[in-house]
Amino acid sequence: MSRRVRAWVLVLGGLGFAALFAAACAGLPHFGGDLHPYGDRAVRAALLRHTANAVASVNFDQRAFDTLGEESILFGAVLGTVVLLRQTRDENRRPPAPAPVAAPVRRYARLALPVTLLIGLYIVAHGQLSPGGGFQGGVVVATALHLLYIAVDYRALERIRPVGLYEVGDAAGEAAYLLVGTGALVAGAAFLANVLPYGTFNTLSSGGTVPVLNAAIGVEVACGVVVLLARFLDQAVEIEDPPADAPEGAAK
Amino acid sequence: MSELPVLLGLLFVAVAATATVLVRDPVRQSFLLSVLGLALALLFLLLHAPDVALSQLAVGSALTPLMVLLSVRKVRRRARDERREEQA
Repeated sequence: MSRRVRAWVLVLGGLGFAALFAAACAGLPHFGGDLHPYGDRAVRAALLRHTANAVASVNFDQRAFDTLGEESILFGAVLGTVVLLRQTRDENRRPPAPAPVAAPVRRYARLALPVTLLIGLYIVAHGQLSPGGGFQGGVVVATALHLLYIAVDYRALERIRPVGLYEVGDAAGEAAYLLVGTGALVAGAAFLANVLPYGTFNTLSSGGTVPVLNAAIGVEVACGVVVLLARFLDQAVEIEDPPADAPEGAAK
Repeated sequence: MSELPVLLGLLFVAVAATATVLVRDPVRQSFLLSVLGLALALLFLLLHAPDVALSQLAVGSALTPLMVLLSVRKVRRRARDERREEQA
């Protein structure tokens, strides 16, 4: 395809998209209006299932299958990063030397680490009650662990972060979500249907499968982000490029 | 008048996003990206979407800038190693 034809295809596609998008926008309800047909139904369904956080009810109960897709995207992305950023045969690994850390930075990070970790776990556990859930809390937990890199050094982080275990955790979280969904099939309902007892409204154990799926996502996201950052950190801190003058593939 | 906070939030996002594009140094850009993440989180909060705001805060203002910083460090280290070899 010549450059000119490609440009025409682009123009055609762009114009088609612009026309359809403008038409779709014209049909949208106005910003900040009083009419919310989907919202009203979603909130009613959330209250029927004793889930105080309607957003969590939509994400993990009414449209739990969508969330499975999102979770799998993250899983696939982490897997791709692990494959792309692996240590190749002609790359060397040099452990980084301990670096001095300014005392105020160390004090701050040591104070912030346990607090951040606790906040992350709280956000995962209270996903069915208040804003948050597995995705948000998982990322907070993972970033909390990396405060150790700021407070001490890379070797201290590596000690509390056996990457192999976190890789297993990532896969286990993904599998747990599928297993909870399959459990609903075993109970005689549809895949990912909310089959557990709904519990008392506005308590930790309410929402049926919502807190269970939240926990699965929390494990998957926390472990996934730790593995993701571990690969990036390895490349940035430890792994060295092959010497530039070596012929291509000499070490293989 | 009741829409003033949302307008201010939108303005903050516009300023942060424009600044992120205009700054060309990747390290400074990653810090501005973090500010943009904070601005978006604030806007989502003002629009009554605290769940999305939390995700934005965790991913947009912490994780993404960190990954950009680590990538920059890797690239700079490669450039530094090559320069050292040329001098040797």
